[in-house]
Amino acid sequence: MATEPGGTASPSHGDTHEGGHATVGTYVLIGVILTIITAVEVAVFYIPALAGVLVPVLITLSATKFVIVVLFYMHLRYDHPIFSRVFFGPMMLALFVVISLILLFKYLPRFDPY
Amino acid sequence: MGIGSPAPAPETSPGNAVGDMTGTRAASATSHGGGHATSTGLDTWKLGFWIFLGSETLFFGSLISTYMVYKHESIVGPHPPEVLNIPLTSISTFVLLMSSLAMVIALDAVQRGMRRSALFWIMAVVLLGGGFLGFQAYEFTHFYHVGLTLETNLFGSTFFILTGFHGAHVSVGVMWLLILWLDAWRGRLGPHNALRLEIAGLYWHFVDIVWIAIFTLIYLIE
Repeated sequence: MATEPGGTASPSHGDTHEGGHATVGTYVLIGVILTIITAVEVAVFYIPALAGVLVPVLITLSATKFVIVVLFYMHLRYDHPIFSRVFFGPMMLALFVVISLILLFKYLPRFDPY
Repeated sequence: MGIGSPAPAPETSPGNAVGDMTGTRAASATSHGGGHATSTGLDTWKLGFWIFLGSETLFFGSLISTYMVYKHESIVGPHPPEVLNIPLTSISTFVLLMSSLAMVIALDAVQRGMRRSALFWIMAVVLLGGGFLGFQAYEFTHFYHVGLTLETNLFGSTFFILTGFHGAHVSVGVMWLLILWLDAWRGRLGPHNALRLEIAGLYWHFVDIVWIAIFTLIYLIE
C-alpha cells in the first residue's frame, strides 16, 4: 500500500475511489453486515442451548463489529499506519486494564488478613 | 510517505490561505491528497484527534472495568436482569449503527461536493443520534420509575455513570454535527474543508464502537 502526502494511503483495491476510501456501495454492504452481526448477537442471547458459549461468542461478534467499523468507517484500512498506532496502542492498554481488574476482583482469591 | 520523510511544500491555494484558520486546518490535509508542512507530513488536527480518541479508550475502559468489577455485587435490587430491556436496546443499537452508515455517506457527499446529498445525510445522522438519545432517555426514565437511580445500588451507580457519559458523548456529537449542517447549508462546508466533517465522523464512529462494547458487556452478557 503506497502512502501519499497528507497521510493518505492508496490501496490497490477495486472497492475504493480516488483518495483511497471505500465507495458508498461498500459502506452500505458493511452496514448490512453490521446489522446481521447485531441480529445474530441478539439471537444468540435468546437461545438457551448456547448459554454455555454465550460469552466467547458474543465477545467474538462484538470484536468483529468493532474492527469492521474502525477499519472501514473510520478509514484506518486506508489511512497512514501511524493513526492505527496512536489509537490501538492506548486501546490495548485499556483492554489490559479491564482484563486485569476483572481477573483481580472476580477470579483471583481474595486476600483476607483475618 | 514515512514519518521521517521531508514534509510536502505548503499549498498556496486561496482555500488554504494563511490567516483563514478554518480553511487552513481543513484544506491543508484532507484525505484526498492535501498536505501542509508538518514534521510528519500528516495533518496535525487529524493526528491529534486520533490521539484524543486513544485517550478516550482509556476513559471508557476505566468505566467499563468499574462496571464489570462491581457486577453482581449489589446488595439490594433492582438487579440487571430485572430492568434491562434487550429488545429496546437492540433497536437503539441498530439506530446508532445506521447513523454511522449515514455519517460515512455524508462525508463521501461532502468530499464530492454534492451539497444537497450532504445536507440530507448529515441531518440523517443528527436525527438518528437524537433517536438514540430518545431511547436512552426513555430507558433512564423507566429505570427511575422502577426504583433504580444513581444512589440505589452499585449496579445503578456504575450503569448510569457509564451509559450517561456515553450519552453525553452522543449529545456532543449531535451538537457538533448540527453546527456542521448549518455550515453546509450556508455553503461553508465542501470538498476544500471536508476534513472538518471527517474529524467529526471519527468522533461519531468512536461513540458507535464504544456502544458496541457496552451493548455486549452490559446488556447481553449477564
